[in-house]
Amino acid sequence: MDIIVCIKRVPQTAEAEVSIDSTGKSIQKDRLTFDMNESDTYALEEAVLLKEKFEGNITVLSLGYPDTDDTLRIALAKGADNAIRIKAENFENPDAFQTAQILKSVIKTINFDIILTGCIATDDAYSQIGVTLAELLEIPHAALVIKVDANEQRTHVHRELEEGLIEHLDIKLPALLTILTGINEPRYASLIAIRRAAKKEIQQLGKENIELEDLVINSVIEELYVPPVTKQVEILTGSPSETATKLAGIVKEKGLI
Amino acid sequence: MDYFLTEEELEIKELTRKIAEEKIKPVRAKYDEEDSFPWEIVEVFRQTDLFAVLVPEKYGGISGKVIDVVIVTEELSRVCGGIGLSLGGSGLGIYPVLISGSEEQKHKYLPQIATGEKLAAFALTEANAGSDAGGIETTATKDGDHYILNGTKQWITNGGEAEIYTVFVLTDKSKGARGASCFIVEKGTEGFSFGKKEDKMGIRGSATRELVFDNCRVPKENLVGREGFGFMIAMKTLDKSRPMVASQAVGIAQGAYEEAVKYSKERHQFGKPISAFQAVQFMLADMATQIEAARALVMATARMIDAGAKRYAKESAMCKVFASDMAMKVTIDAVQILGGYGYMKEYPVEKMMRDAKITQIYEGTNQIQRSIIASNLLKEF
Ligand SMILES: Cc1cc2nc3c(=O)[nH]c(=O)nc-3n(C[C@H](O)[C@H](O)[C@H](O)COP(=O)(O)OP(=O)(O)OC[C@H]3O[C@@H](n4cnc5c(N)ncnc54)[C@H](O)[C@@H]3O)c2cc1C
Repeated sequence: MDIIVCIKRVPQTAEAEVSIDSTGKSIQKDRLTFDMNESDTYALEEAVLLKEKFEGNITVLSLGYPDTDDTLRIALAKGADNAIRIKAENFENPDAFQTAQILKSVIKTINFDIILTGCIATDDAYSQIGVTLAELLEIPHAALVIKVDANEQRTHVHRELEEGLIEHLDIKLPALLTILTGINEPRYASLIAIRRAAKKEIQQLGKENIELEDLVINSVIEELYVPPVTKQVEILTGSPSETATKLAGIVKEKGLI
Repeated sequence: MDYFLTEEELEIKELTRKIAEEKIKPVRAKYDEEDSFPWEIVEVFRQTDLFAVLVPEKYGGISGKVIDVVIVTEELSRVCGGIGLSLGGSGLGIYPVLISGSEEQKHKYLPQIATGEKLAAFALTEANAGSDAGGIETTATKDGDHYILNGTKQWITNGGEAEIYTVFVLTDKSKGARGASCFIVEKGTEGFSFGKKEDKMGIRGSATRELVFDNCRVPKENLVGREGFGFMIAMKTLDKSRPMVASQAVGIAQGAYEEAVKYSKERHQFGKPISAFQAVQFMLADMATQIEAARALVMATARMIDAGAKRYAKESAMCKVFASDMAMKVTIDAVQILGGYGYMKEYPVEKMMRDAKITQIYEGTNQIQRSIIASNLLKEF
C-alpha cells in the first residue's frame, strides 16, 4: 500500500505569546519554535501503522521553506521512506486552494493508494487542504477521521461529528482521509532513526520542476488583528444571595434558560 | 546562553525535552506520591534510544560522551528529579565497566545497557561506609574459578530493578582500601537478594534499596580490572559521573525557576503582578544568573572530560558542589516566590525543593567534594 502524507511545519503557539508583525498580515515568528502540525503527526503515525500492516511506501510531502527539511527528516525517522519539499519560496503566499493545487501537481506524478493529511493546521486553521486536494484529484475523501480500517481495495472509516456522533463510511481506494488528533498514539522518532534519517536525501522541487495549472487566487489576507478589549462586563455587587438573585434575573431576561 | 551545541546534541536535547514534557510531566506527581518504579517511562526511553547516549558506538550505543549524558539529565530533571534517575543510575552502574572493564565484559554488558533492555546500578555505600568509602566491609573470597561475596550494600539507586550491578568489595581485608575490587553481579545470581526499599524525602520514583550478598558465587570473569584496583575504579567512576549529578541539579533548578517566573506574572497582589515588585525581580535575576553559571561550569567540565583530559577530579567536584548548592538555594527561593501556594503539593516547586536536596548528598557529600577540590588545588602549588 503506497501512502502519501501531506505535512506542514507550523509555529508552536499553544503556550507562547503571539503578536502581529509589522506587515499586519502575519505574526511575529522569530521567537517561536516550529514543529510538525499536530494532526499531521497523527496522520503520519496512521500511515506508519498501515505500512506495518500492508508494507509499501510512505512519501511525505510539504510545501514549505528550507527549514521544513527538519520536519521532513523527523517524518523519515518515524518511518516515511521518501520526503519531498516543494519550495515555498517560489510561490507568493498561496492560499488554501492554491496550496492544494500545488500539492496536486506533484501528487499526480506519484503512485498512491491513500493520501492522509491532518484535519486542520494549527496556524491558519483553514481545514481546506485535504478536501480540496481530493476534489482536484477527483478521488473520494473523508474528513475528521478517527478510525481507519483498510484492506488493499477499500477502507472503512469512522468520522467524528459534533456531539460525539460517529459516522461509518466505506470508501473505495484510492482515497484521501483527513485525520483527527487522538486516532492513535504518535511515536517519537528514536535517536538512532534520527541519525539515519539525517543521511537521507530530501527531494527539493522548485516551480520549474512541477507542471502547474494556472493558480487560482481566491483569497488574500487583508489584515490580522487582536480583537479590542470591550467593556461588556457587568460586575454584580452585593451579598452572595443578592448577586445570585441578580444573576438569575439576567439569565432569564436574556432568554438563556 | 548559547553553548553552541552540535546538530546531534540539539537532537538529543529536543527529543529529551519532548519526552519530559509529554510523558513525564503528567505522571511526576503520581510517582512522587506512590513511589513506584517508572517502568512506563523506562519503556519510552528504550523506544527512543535514550539509553544509547550512555554507551559508545563501538558497544552498541550512540555516544558515551559526558556532554550528551548531562544534556539528557538536565532535560529530564527539569521536569522531574526522580524519574530520570532510572537512566542516570544505569549510567553510573556501567561506568566501572566502561572505564576499567575488559573487551569481553564491554561487549557482553554494554549493548544491553545501550538498548535499555537492562538497567545497571553502582554499589559502593554500606551502613558503616558512606563518605569513608574505604571503610567497606563486604568481602569476596577466592574459591577456584569463583569469588564468594558476603556483606550488605545500602542505598543503591536502581537496586532491585536493575539486572547488572557493579559491586565494590574487599578481596584483601588486611590492605583496607588497597584491598578493594570491583565485580559485576547479575540479578538472579544465587546468594544475591534485595533488602528493604527506602522511603525517601525526594527523588521518589527512583528505587533505593539494600543489596544482600550471602555466600554469593560470582565467576572470576566478572572481576572488573585487577584485584586491589576497586577503590581507584570507584573514584574514577565518580569523577566521571559527578557532572551528571550536577546537571540533575541544574535541571531541577531550571524547572523551579521557570515555575517561579510564570507564577510571578500571574499572581496579583496590591493590584499588580508580584513580578512588578523589585524584591521578586531580584530573586528571579539571581536565580537565572546562578543557574547559568552552574550550567556553564557543567558544560565546560563535560567538554573537558570528553576532550580526553587526564585529570578532572577537581573540576568534576567543583561542578557538583556549585550546581547542587545552587539548586538548593534556587528551589527554596522558588517556593518563596510562590508563597503559601508553593508550600502546597498542588504546585510542583515543593517537590523540586525536596528533590534538589539529594544532589548535595550523593556521589560524595558537598563537604567531601570540597575536600577533593582542596586536596587537588593544594597539590598544584
Ligand atoms: C537517595 C540516595 C541514593 C544513593 N545511591 C547510591 C548508589 O547508587 N550507590 C552507592 O554506592 N551509594 C549511594 N548512595 C549513598 C551516598 O553516596 C552516601 O549517602 C554519601 O556518600 C554520604 O554518605 P553517608 O550518607 O554515609 O554520610 P556520612 O559519611 O555519614 O556523612 C554524614 C555527614 O558528615 C560529613 N562528613 C563525613 N566525613 C567527613 C569528612 N571527612 N570531612 C567533612 N565532613 C564529613 C558529611 O559531609 C555529612 O554531612 C545514595 C544515597 C542516597 C541518600
